[in-house]
Amino acid sequence: MAEPLDDYIDAVAKALALPVEEAWRPAIRANLEVSLRLARLVDEFALPDETEPAPVFTA
Amino acid sequence: MTAADIAKAVAAGKMSALDAIEAALARIKAHDTVLNSFTDVTADRARAKARAIDADIAAGKKVGPLAGVPFAVKNLFDVAGLPTRAGSKINRDLPPAARDATLIERMEAAGAVLVGALNMGEYAYDFTGENVHDGPSRNPHDTTRMSGGSSGGSGSAVGGALVPIALGSDTNGSIRVPSSFCGIFGLKPTYGRLSRARSFPFVASFDHLGPFARSVADLALAYDAMQGPDADDAACTTTRGLEPTTPLLANPVSDLRIAIAGGYFQKNVFPEAVEAVSRVAKALDATRVVEIPEAARARAAAYVISTTEGASLHLDRLRKRPNDFDPAVRDRLIAGAMVPAPMVDRAQKFRRWYRTQVAELFKSVDVLIAPATPCIAPKLGQVTFKLDGVELPVRANIGIHTQPISFIGLPVVAVPVPLEPMPIGVQIIAAPWGEDIALRVAAALERMGVAVAPAPRGF
Repeated sequence: MAEPLDDYIDAVAKALALPVEEAWRPAIRANLEVSLRLARLVDEFALPDETEPAPVFTA
Repeated sequence: MTAADIAKAVAAGKMSALDAIEAALARIKAHDTVLNSFTDVTADRARAKARAIDADIAAGKKVGPLAGVPFAVKNLFDVAGLPTRAGSKINRDLPPAARDATLIERMEAAGAVLVGALNMGEYAYDFTGENVHDGPSRNPHDTTRMSGGSSGGSGSAVGGALVPIALGSDTNGSIRVPSSFCGIFGLKPTYGRLSRARSFPFVASFDHLGPFARSVADLALAYDAMQGPDADDAACTTTRGLEPTTPLLANPVSDLRIAIAGGYFQKNVFPEAVEAVSRVAKALDATRVVEIPEAARARAAAYVISTTEGASLHLDRLRKRPNDFDPAVRDRLIAGAMVPAPMVDRAQKFRRWYRTQVAELFKSVDVLIAPATPCIAPKLGQVTFKLDGVELPVRANIGIHTQPISFIGLPVVAVPVPLEPMPIGVQIIAAPWGEDIALRVAAALERMGVAVAPAPRGF
């Protein structure tokens, strides 16, 4: 049975022209699950619209 | 001998620089077959440099504060004549570097002598010190254990007393983790303090370079020799001038407001980390506990930015040579390339918010104490450990206490607490540009015998 992230992995791999061999897929999926879980932890923290990112460009 | 002792003896004509270098080369030859900390030994270059120092001394010329001191660098520093492998197989195909990294040039301008390049985790994406291409660097106190990563060879070489000083890099903990596991002092300076010019990057937002040593005086000597802006590093072009720390090390610390980092930094720790922090706090009379707000989220944001910037850096190599990576690094980087862009932007926005919160905290505190690692060095190849009955992955949890600190570039000295059977490090954290304060506290702990680099006994 296909895992929920597999379609996404296939689509992004295609868009970025990244090779994903079947043998690598479980590890890539597991790593992506961790990254997305941590990213959601940041995502759910509300910040004002005016918040600047940490790196500020200087002309 | 410490670096300070070597430099003093060489400058006074009591020992030749060549003898100091030959002694280091002999130790490397005798012990590195076990420690596996070096990937290149630059013996010819080192002997030539040492002879030049001896000639200067014979001619009555003034020599630098590190005269004749052998040192080595993580193999992501450019060393003229060597391809900068950065722990990888792929980069070995690069042409040899044309010029040394800025920090090597500055160390050698102060009289230090480069003796080689050191093993590291592939592309610095590592906390273990293991390397599938070069084999693991080993812990000098127990060679069946990890040296820590990603500057594993730096930790192993200094912890094993092969050289008194090594340089490494720290993106999320890669100086502080090997310092902790190998029982030595390590300085991760403020982001932007030391030039990264001509070193192989990982995460431009977080990359720092810094020294390892067996004493605080040696750490400060190396740090002082490397300071100063550099037009070749976009993050190090500030007008911040030289701020020597060596003259300040003996100053008392009684005027400093020192607190223990609570909350997140007291969770997910083994008893040895609790004991080490408690010894340091007691010695410094620190009882106040302060909470760094949203530290868990800071660690999460650091993780997201690291994996995505790392993926971006290596995208072409992932496309063209995926089978030449360490498979574990490759699979992490490919996953990193798939994190949606808005999440990275939000992580960088969170970073600014968090920076403001911590700056506010530093209005009432000068120094924060936190574990450097949650545990002593795990066994080589160990995949999980059990904490409070819960099985956790080793690799993902080694850096949990270092990541929220480097995330906003705070200066940290990792100090070794010589517990039995293995040492473990504690982070002495100061506000931005407060390296002098962190080093002063480290020196006070060393004088009290609380922070000591134990003699290696694993080989």
